[in-house]
Amino acid sequence: MAISKFNYNSFNVTPVAGRALAFDADADGFTTASGSSMILIKTLTASSSATLDFVDGTSDVVLDDTYPVYKFEFINIHAATDQADFNFQVNVAGASGFNETITSTHFGGYHRSGDGASSLGYQSGGHQAQGTSYQRIFADSNNGNTDSSSGHLYLFNPSSTTFVTHFMARTVGRGSDTSNASSTFYYTGGYVNATAAVDEVSFKMSSGDIDAGIIKLYGIADS
Amino acid sequence: MALSKADFNNINVTAVASKKLKWNSAADGFEAGDVGGSIVLLSTQTADGSGTAITFDSGIDSTYNTYLFKYINIHPQTDNVDFNVNFRDGSTAYDAVKTTHYFYSYHNESGSEAALTYYTSGDLAQGTGVQLLSGSTGNGNDECLSGEMFLYNPSSTTFVTHFMAINNTYHKADYSQNRFVGGYCDGAAAIDGVQFSISSGNIDSGTFKMYGIT
Repeated sequence: MAISKFNYNSFNVTPVAGRALAFDADADGFTTASGSSMILIKTLTASSSATLDFVDGTSDVVLDDTYPVYKFEFINIHAATDQADFNFQVNVAGASGFNETITSTHFGGYHRSGDGASSLGYQSGGHQAQGTSYQRIFADSNNGNTDSSSGHLYLFNPSSTTFVTHFMARTVGRGSDTSNASSTFYYTGGYVNATAAVDEVSFKMSSGDIDAGIIKLYGIADS
Repeated sequence: MALSKADFNNINVTAVASKKLKWNSAADGFEAGDVGGSIVLLSTQTADGSGTAITFDSGIDSTYNTYLFKYINIHPQTDNVDFNVNFRDGSTAYDAVKTTHYFYSYHNESGSEAALTYYTSGDLAQGTGVQLLSGSTGNGNDECLSGEMFLYNPSSTTFVTHFMAINNTYHKADYSQNRFVGGYCDGAAAIDGVQFSISSGNIDSGTFKMYGIT
């Protein structure tokens, strides 16, 4: 009798959600495997959005001990309000509000196309010392039609209840006004000073909405 | 007859160790192969000493929001050369208008010098020439540079196209130099090609990889 359909549980291997069926290392049986070590979990697209929030267990978001490292990609984040900062904060399991304690560093600079001026320096206006504010990762976003910022943020082992949760971000953008536009950059790092698991991450501008842009959440597997 | 379990050799495909079982391109049978995740290798080019540039002139479109280039052990034939990048924005030339920034840190092998500084000679202000990624790389047998560059949403005709690179170079005078480069291709034209080049002599060896990030 020809078999035309296989049921998912017909294979002699325990199914694992989101994984592929693979031949094992001896090629004499089946196992499960990931397609690659970096897995797209969730994409959020801003449309005059006050915040873009990733909450574990909500809308297919996974932000727990499934992955040791999580990465957020920002693509063409466009501010509704001129000179607004692009920020993030987190919430830990069992708490409420995006107001966890952060100690961080923040440096950056620019190169202006109009007058050629350039800068590289520590940005004390963007760091925190046990602060609970949203953490800046790109400053002074302009809202010209072609202005935006892009970059990424890593979150390390957010499910740990032993260690603080480290983060690192890099961003690049087109800043300043359109008559003297600049290539602007920021490097941000720090830790969420809590030993509760971080399971929610929120992005928002310091003023006004995120007019447009894409934020993607990836999990990076350790095997 | 109820089918309770399928053994690995019940499937009409030759088992290959550690490969995935996936549908073939016609979706009418199985095959063993790799399943792409969120980082998809699109192209690999290997420098063999025959040219000054490595060009990715296809596959950069709206398929992916983000493209990632990795350049590994780039070894120049000539000592003290610059490693550059440029972008194609609709014509055949790699001459997109760019405004960029450039800073780097260095530390020499003797331990006598170390610094972090902005480098004004490395940036562009609406320039169309090549963008410096790494400079003064040596051509000693073990000297080379490696790094990566992200290119964001190159197919956009609304926003400028951002790029961001980090490289580490074995400088000709025995320094480790960590270089940070970024900026944007101005205008709303789609970027559809990327060219890496060297300022003098050929690229003796090295591997270039282009990935799409879903």
